[in-house]
Amino acid sequence: MDEKGAQSTLRFILTAGCDGYADSLKRSVLVALWFMFLTFPIMVIRVDTIENTIDWRWMNLAFVGVGSFVLSFLWRWLLERKELMKGQAARESVVERLLTQASTIPSARLGLLVVVAGIALAFPHMAGMYQTNIMISCLTYIALGLGLNIVVGLAGLLDLGYVAFYAVGAYAYALANMHWGIGFWTILPIGALLGTLFGIMLGFPVLRLRGDYLAIVTLGFGEIIRLVLENWGDVTMGPSGIAGIDRPTFFGIEFGVMDSINYMYYIMLALIVLTIFCVNRLQNSRIGRAWLALREDEIACQAMGIDKTKTKLMAFALGATWAGMAGVVFAAKTTFVNPASFTFWESAIILSVVVIGGMGSIRGVIAGAIILILVPEYLRAFSEFRMLIFGATMVLVMVFRPQGLIRAKRKVYTYDKSTVAGAANE
Amino acid sequence: MSESVLNVNEICKDFGGIRALDDVSLNVRSKEIAALIGPNGAGKTTFFNCITGIYTPTSGDVLVNPKDGSERRVNGMKPNHVTELGMARTFQNIRLFPSMTTLENVMIGTHCRTKSGIWGAISRNGKARGEEQAIIEKSYHLLELVGLERYANELACNLPYGKQRRLEIARAMATDPFLLLLDEPAAGMNPQETYDLQELVIKLRNEYGLSILLIEHDMKMVMSISDSVFVLDYGRLIASGTPKEVSENPTVIKAYLGEDEDD
Amino acid sequence: MEYFLEILFGGLTRGSIYALIALGYTMVYGIIELINFAHGEIYMIGAFTGLIIAGVLGAAGFPAAAIFVLAILGAVLYSAAYGYTIEKIAYKPLRGAQRLSPLISAIGMSIFLQNYVMLAQTSDFLPFPSLIPEFKVPWIGHIISSSELIIVVVTILVCIGLTLFIKFTRLGKAMRATAQNRKMAMLVGINVNTVISATFVVGSSLAAVGGVLIASHIGQINYYIGFIAGIKAFTAAVLGGIGSVPGAMLGALILGQTEAFATGYVSSDYEDVFAFALLVLILIFRPAGIMGKEPVQKV
Ligand SMILES: Nc1ncnc2c1ncn2[C@@H]1O[C@H](COP(=O)(O)OP(=O)(O)O)[C@@H](O)[C@H]1O
Ligand SMILES: [Mg+2]
Repeated sequence: MDEKGAQSTLRFILTAGCDGYADSLKRSVLVALWFMFLTFPIMVIRVDTIENTIDWRWMNLAFVGVGSFVLSFLWRWLLERKELMKGQAARESVVERLLTQASTIPSARLGLLVVVAGIALAFPHMAGMYQTNIMISCLTYIALGLGLNIVVGLAGLLDLGYVAFYAVGAYAYALANMHWGIGFWTILPIGALLGTLFGIMLGFPVLRLRGDYLAIVTLGFGEIIRLVLENWGDVTMGPSGIAGIDRPTFFGIEFGVMDSINYMYYIMLALIVLTIFCVNRLQNSRIGRAWLALREDEIACQAMGIDKTKTKLMAFALGATWAGMAGVVFAAKTTFVNPASFTFWESAIILSVVVIGGMGSIRGVIAGAIILILVPEYLRAFSEFRMLIFGATMVLVMVFRPQGLIRAKRKVYTYDKSTVAGAANE
Repeated sequence: MSESVLNVNEICKDFGGIRALDDVSLNVRSKEIAALIGPNGAGKTTFFNCITGIYTPTSGDVLVNPKDGSERRVNGMKPNHVTELGMARTFQNIRLFPSMTTLENVMIGTHCRTKSGIWGAISRNGKARGEEQAIIEKSYHLLELVGLERYANELACNLPYGKQRRLEIARAMATDPFLLLLDEPAAGMNPQETYDLQELVIKLRNEYGLSILLIEHDMKMVMSISDSVFVLDYGRLIASGTPKEVSENPTVIKAYLGEDEDD
Repeated sequence: MEYFLEILFGGLTRGSIYALIALGYTMVYGIIELINFAHGEIYMIGAFTGLIIAGVLGAAGFPAAAIFVLAILGAVLYSAAYGYTIEKIAYKPLRGAQRLSPLISAIGMSIFLQNYVMLAQTSDFLPFPSLIPEFKVPWIGHIISSSELIIVVVTILVCIGLTLFIKFTRLGKAMRATAQNRKMAMLVGINVNTVISATFVVGSSLAAVGGVLIASHIGQINYYIGFIAGIKAFTAAVLGGIGSVPGAMLGALILGQTEAFATGYVSSDYEDVFAFALLVLILIFRPAGIMGKEPVQKV
């Protein structure tokens, strides 16, 4: 870019939505002052009413002032840019463009697939136990994210109690193992089935509700399940949870700790592959299309002959199935479950994986889970800010990029008179 | 030819204190093009909503005669069941599925005539594949019918306005209706597009044997293609008959003269 | 009998707090049809602001009554400012966006605010000084404490004030008009942006009053109190019929009593389950609530 172009870009960034530099400077100063006022008590003062001491942290005030001053430019610029781009078809981001290019060239596509598969398979042997453990938890979130993606991303049903079904699966295994010594592989399908069952039981009465009510009812349901787990001590062992759950065996062979973690990793990987396979097929099927249509416009959808309740129920129950399955795997991995693992925060994390990654997009959800779970793990210093940043990012994504990191792409159908062929994408 | 496919008896619809439809009775015969006209706010769209199950009429009967000859009462039925019986509609304020492709929008219409479920989708067994193939083919042909096959893989929201209206018709056709309800299909179209639409409507009737009930403000179009016309004003049916009879009816003229030109 | 009355007044106190929060939910919902998930956090921020002001003034040696009044006023000021800012950042840019967007944005905002307070203050429970003046209540002093009495009285006054405000002031009338039909309100010259901002400000102020009162009554707070209180207040709003101001008051009263009697006579382990179960049941069997109207969707 030549100097002049750069200058005008800079000018645009600095003065977006204002009349010139003076105006934009004035506004940013006002914003900074406003936020300094707003955050003053909570950021600056910390009181101890017992010792009667007060801790003044004036530095924070300076941080807020400078931060909001700079961010206000960014905010106005992004808003203005969004306004300008409104009419046009949304542009692809760099990542998306690369992915699209890679997937249109068959050899590149195959190459990419082989590389990803190779890394995924070799990972436990290249990295240590610690890394593998982190990776397993990342994979768990991918599986949960893809499951929730069916409900939120495809069918547009905001489920805030998704973790309840996860808890159902985990406790199913924990209890069955504790009382009757039943193994992992037997419970895996049962856990999935229990998830489905709970999904149908909750979904049936609740899915008639409007979208926002659904969100709050599922939130309430999630809390009920957790509270029951906490208080029904005779059965669930209460807040202390259930420990010593058996790890999975391999055709009856038990592993040492090290091998069993690797084994767990591969089980999780297989679950993900299965999930991707199923979701990919579902989203371009008769049912998947009905989900999308339902998400876009319920009334038009019904007028086109789609049974709203039945279609919603299918998405809801299928999402719950995946959570149930993931729950069993979770219990087997940690060999310990307690209600604290199934709070609203867990649902919130899974939801942010889906929302930030890209609702309805398999690649988006995977990317979302990798970023949201791995980055805080490796940047320890940053991990206490994790939820703070998740929350802020959810707001920012909704405001500036509602389609998420990697947006969903629709299948391209090619048709030539004699033979009809569908060329898959994603 | 003269047997009726839609038989509406004295339906009323109240919204709170407002009576949007007042004792409206109307009859659409097989393979006829009927038009429902009236000033803005007369209750035409409400009438469509009442007979397609989106609203439940406060009183009165809506009877339909599907091809098999059995008469069915549809008020209070869910919209999807009404569509399954064979009545399909378009919307005045276009309601496509914006982030789905044009072809997919039409494929949605085939939903109630196809069966494969979750298992079929995941296993892609022979039956599901065959059905999917048939859906694609049927939808593609319908796009050809309305002249949108070039846009098959475009997102519906990227189509120009007039084409979106035609897409809505294709989508409704995909449900295999015997009665097609079009709510202001020519609104926002230029004269050429309106003319093409007119041809399309006639073609649907002649080649597909459909009965068509349309709401339209373009009087030239109404007069030239419809076999019978019904006039609504303030929720009441004030006239009906052939286009000629209606256009000479003094009540109708009075209702329309009270209105602004642009309707 | 005494036990019964004690529970009855306990329920009244609970219900009062729920009412103060529920009004914010119901007013915002009435105007922009959004469940403001971050509303519980506004209440929590109100309580924290009250604590901080009380701490500072306490150290400076102010008299108790002055601290009580100033803490409430300060909390109201700050909660209102937060409510106003949240609307501008997280909801206003999303008008006319897809159905789920504002809801997700609201959840994100709620998560953000909880963690903001947790990081800037603490994740532990903080003791809250009892600001409410203590005295022996005449005649019924053995069943109701002075702080309970004051909570109930303040709530009643606030509810009356709000009702008068909505009925008779210009802004109140504009709010009612906007709630009924936003387009129409715009056409007759009401500045809808101002009305929406005002709704957030008023709703947040009420929540702040509730926050300081209950924190002072219970004696401790943490960053998480807004979550449960928020859901319960939302339950109250839905119970009464969301969008309806008297409905929210009634719903809060019923919920408060239900909880008080359920925990008083059945079991306190499941205290929160009662509210959630009630919420789920109402939404399933009577989503329009007691005083709400069944919404008709325009096609
Ligand atoms: N859901 C509804 N709630 C309240 N009034 C409605 C509703 N739907 C339509 N109406 C009223 O019914 C009348 C007829 O509207 P409509 O059927 O859309 O007229 P038309 O399609 O003939 O222009 C109008 O006065 C409109 O305001
Ligand atoms: Mg109309």
